[in-house]
Amino acid sequence: MDAVQGRDQPDPPPTRDDTPVFRARAVTKTYSVGDVQVHALRGVDLDLYRSELVVLLGPSGSGKSTLLNILGGLDAPTSGHVDYLDHDLSASDDAALTRFRREHVGFVFQFYNLIPSLTARENVALVTDIAKDPMDARDALEIVGLGARADHFPSQMSGGEQQRVAIARAIAKKPDVLLCDEPTGALDASTGVVVLSAIERVNRELGTTTAVITHNAVIAKMADRVVRLSGGEITDVSRNQHRTPASGLSW
Amino acid sequence: MRAINRKLVRDLWRLKTQAGAIALVMACGVATFVMSLSMLDSLSSTLDNYYDRARFADVFAHLERAPLRVADRIAAIPGVASVESRIVEPVILDLDDMPEPASGRIVSLPIEPRAGLNLLHLREGRLPEPGHRREALVSEGFATAHEIRPGDSVNAILNGRLESLHIVGIALSPEFIYLIPPGGILPEDARYAIFWMDRDEIETAFDMEGAFNDVVLRLSPGADEQEVIDRLDDLTARYAGLGAYPRADQASHEFVANEIRELRGMAIIVPVIFLGVAAFLLNIVVSRMVEAQREQIAALKALGYTNWEIGRHYLLLVLAIAVIAVSFGIALGVRMGLGLTGLYADFFNFPEFDYRLRPAIVLLAFGVGIAASVVGVAGALRAAMRLPPAEAMRPRAPASFRPTLLERLGLSRFAPPSLRMILREMERRPVKTALSCLGVALAAAILVVGSYTEDATDHLLDLRFHQVERYDIDVVLTDRTDDEVVSTLAHMPGVTRVEPYRTLSVRVRSGNLSRRTGVLGLSRGDGLHNLLNMYAQPVALPEGGVVLSETLAQILGLRPGDPVILEALEGRRPVIQTRVAGTISDFSGLAVYMRLDEVNRVMREPDTITGAFISADPRKIDRLYAQLRETPRVAAVNVKSATLQSFQATIAHNLGLMRRFLISFAVIIAFGVIYNAARISLSERGRDLATLRVLGFTRREIAAIQLGELAIVTGVGIPLGLVLGYALAWAASQGTQSELFRMPFVVNRSTFALGAIGVILAALLSGALIAAILRKLDLISVLKARE
Repeated sequence: MDAVQGRDQPDPPPTRDDTPVFRARAVTKTYSVGDVQVHALRGVDLDLYRSELVVLLGPSGSGKSTLLNILGGLDAPTSGHVDYLDHDLSASDDAALTRFRREHVGFVFQFYNLIPSLTARENVALVTDIAKDPMDARDALEIVGLGARADHFPSQMSGGEQQRVAIARAIAKKPDVLLCDEPTGALDASTGVVVLSAIERVNRELGTTTAVITHNAVIAKMADRVVRLSGGEITDVSRNQHRTPASGLSW
Repeated sequence: MRAINRKLVRDLWRLKTQAGAIALVMACGVATFVMSLSMLDSLSSTLDNYYDRARFADVFAHLERAPLRVADRIAAIPGVASVESRIVEPVILDLDDMPEPASGRIVSLPIEPRAGLNLLHLREGRLPEPGHRREALVSEGFATAHEIRPGDSVNAILNGRLESLHIVGIALSPEFIYLIPPGGILPEDARYAIFWMDRDEIETAFDMEGAFNDVVLRLSPGADEQEVIDRLDDLTARYAGLGAYPRADQASHEFVANEIRELRGMAIIVPVIFLGVAAFLLNIVVSRMVEAQREQIAALKALGYTNWEIGRHYLLLVLAIAVIAVSFGIALGVRMGLGLTGLYADFFNFPEFDYRLRPAIVLLAFGVGIAASVVGVAGALRAAMRLPPAEAMRPRAPASFRPTLLERLGLSRFAPPSLRMILREMERRPVKTALSCLGVALAAAILVVGSYTEDATDHLLDLRFHQVERYDIDVVLTDRTDDEVVSTLAHMPGVTRVEPYRTLSVRVRSGNLSRRTGVLGLSRGDGLHNLLNMYAQPVALPEGGVVLSETLAQILGLRPGDPVILEALEGRRPVIQTRVAGTISDFSGLAVYMRLDEVNRVMREPDTITGAFISADPRKIDRLYAQLRETPRVAAVNVKSATLQSFQATIAHNLGLMRRFLISFAVIIAFGVIYNAARISLSERGRDLATLRVLGFTRREIAAIQLGELAIVTGVGIPLGLVLGYALAWAASQGTQSELFRMPFVVNRSTFALGAIGVILAALLSGALIAAILRKLDLISVLKARE
């Protein structure tokens, strides 16, 4: 433990594995939308540990999506440091970030972002085509309970099914981390629970380090740890003594 | 197949109408490119091979009469490889299947017909045998027009005597690939023939024993052509040589060479226009696609696809369109090439014309098509590759709009909100809007230019055959004749007026610039041959000066008032000092006009003529023809109406073919541009339109907004296109200012109408397709989906 981390020591020690997978320090992000300047992150420190399930909780505009994008190598911080194991993400160029995403990260987005012209299986194949040691696309769909819908196009599936395809697509490469941005944001509660169960199962069975972004406080109950954000800053980090199974959640 | 490639195939399928329209535009460009280049290649190689095999001469000269030993002295000129002296004489034909007389030339065969120059290609029959009386070969075009076969006879007047020529064979010569009567522009197969006969026969018939009046030379490699021509002129001057000229000035070769030049121009101009439009369309379509798929691109990048893989994905899509377009274009180009080969077969007399398509041209076509596509989409591909994935995930900020110029000028109260939507959108994308209008304009312009050719041709036909040439018959005499023949002609049946003229071969000189050409000495008054420029304005022909073709004046650097020298190549060959009284913008050849009496005065040959224009009563015309055929010294009888008819038939066929191509090409461009522009604004504006539907707008009102932009682009594009077409027509008229032929700049109102109507039809077609899409589109579901 170096001096910086000693001084900031943001979290209590983890329960599952004490190796930090991500280390973010003093991360800020500013970007412009149209003519407006947005300060999305104002100096965030965060560690994520191997195999844990973390929920990042905050209202919209709190900076949680930006933080997730930076952790996933989709975006670069304006200032500060982000390390993934021994990769310095904040110093990586675009090609290195692409390689990082390709080899280590699985993404799940609020609006699924499936390719509408490809079937469920083909959407998963997008990943298995380029990953090093992927699982079979069919197996990935079985994990999320959609083996029977493999040949359906996104437009032929419900929102929940589409999101589960997105999860299958994210896990098919057997990623080291699974980053989910408001995975239930566009779904009703019962469908949302099915999707969260799929995420939970991946985290439990494959041991994938998982971060879930949400503004829904109920979802925080399924996490090992809960990180609260507001106005681009971390306001609180807490640990659940018991993870509530996703199937037990309701809102 | 990789999943991302499946996406490509499905995207392409979804885009099929738009991609198809673009591919058609590109195919037009590629087709013209392939057609011109392959024809250029086929024509030049056929020509070179033929010239080489047939030992086509390099230098030509005609003279009055020289003893055969002069030929040996010509052979001794340094640089001359071989010489063939010949006898070439005019002949009048009396045909059973045609009332008006036809004319032609008789050319003597070399003593050793297989060893001379300009070797004949025997299509049918055999060569005349020495000693067999009146055996002749005939040119193929004439034989075909009159269904003459070996064994048939043709009645011909040789040196005033009616003879029956026994046709023993049908032949082609490299000298007459493009066979036109003297002074003509288009072939007249039925009315003009070449006969080849044994030299002995012609010598006897024309009293040319031991003499020749025409010589052709082949030069040794590296010989100085001009030097040989000068030496030859010196040698033949004593024998009334008309001045030697190189192959480049030989009538048949000049026309073939001109065709090759035109193909070269076509291989560049048309493809540039079409590939440019195709590149623009690909640009807007692929840009829009990248824009619409920005979240898909972001997702792919998030999944770990590299920028290069994304770029390659869209590049492959474009290449697929380009490869389909180029393949289709090549097939179409070959089809057009074969069509043109057929047309050439009518115009040019080659022993065989092989259309060939070199692999290099195919490769070049792919190269050009792909290059144009890649240039067109480079910007869109760069945008796709550079798209930051995190930013693409965020909802888009509303695009920046501002009040349009119209509104800033305070005219907004005239514009309803729907019109303001359209105008602001157009003003926000000035380049796209401008290029769309330009695309529509190009379509209108192509129609205008295409139709201009017809306007100019109609104008020229009317000008030449109805305003300049007011006569019915042009009687060409065999030789310089005193003008007593005028009264003979005037007393023939049906003749109402006779206007004699005289031609004179000269070299026109100004300083060290000179050109060999002919003077036409016109008599004053009767007005059977008017001096009008190509816009039908009369040009005065005063005493004491000459009027020159504007082109000739330009070549010699002369202006009205300048002194000019005419070196006569006939008679006593005087050197005539005169001045340029004026210039005339005529449409063909390099003419010099002078008054008939003045020509005779400077030549010191009073009352001499070489022909006469006649107007005659059509009811007695057949008797007139019969009498003219039997009149000694008549070398040719050119019947204006017959010439006009054959002109119209040939031109109508060619222009009809061209019109079909141009109209289809223009409609393809107009449709490609308008349809694509409309599809794209539909995709960009889908949500806006859906919102309006929710607010209570009817489908009809929505359609009005959507089709309104199409109407504005078309409405702006058409006048722009008419102006552009007008300018292009002017450029085309300037581009055809060759020594052979000039086009007047005449654009009829109907041509503008055609340009506008053609584009409006294409716009209506696009509009109907868009309206059909709008009817089928569930606008409300567009609103529910996240953009």
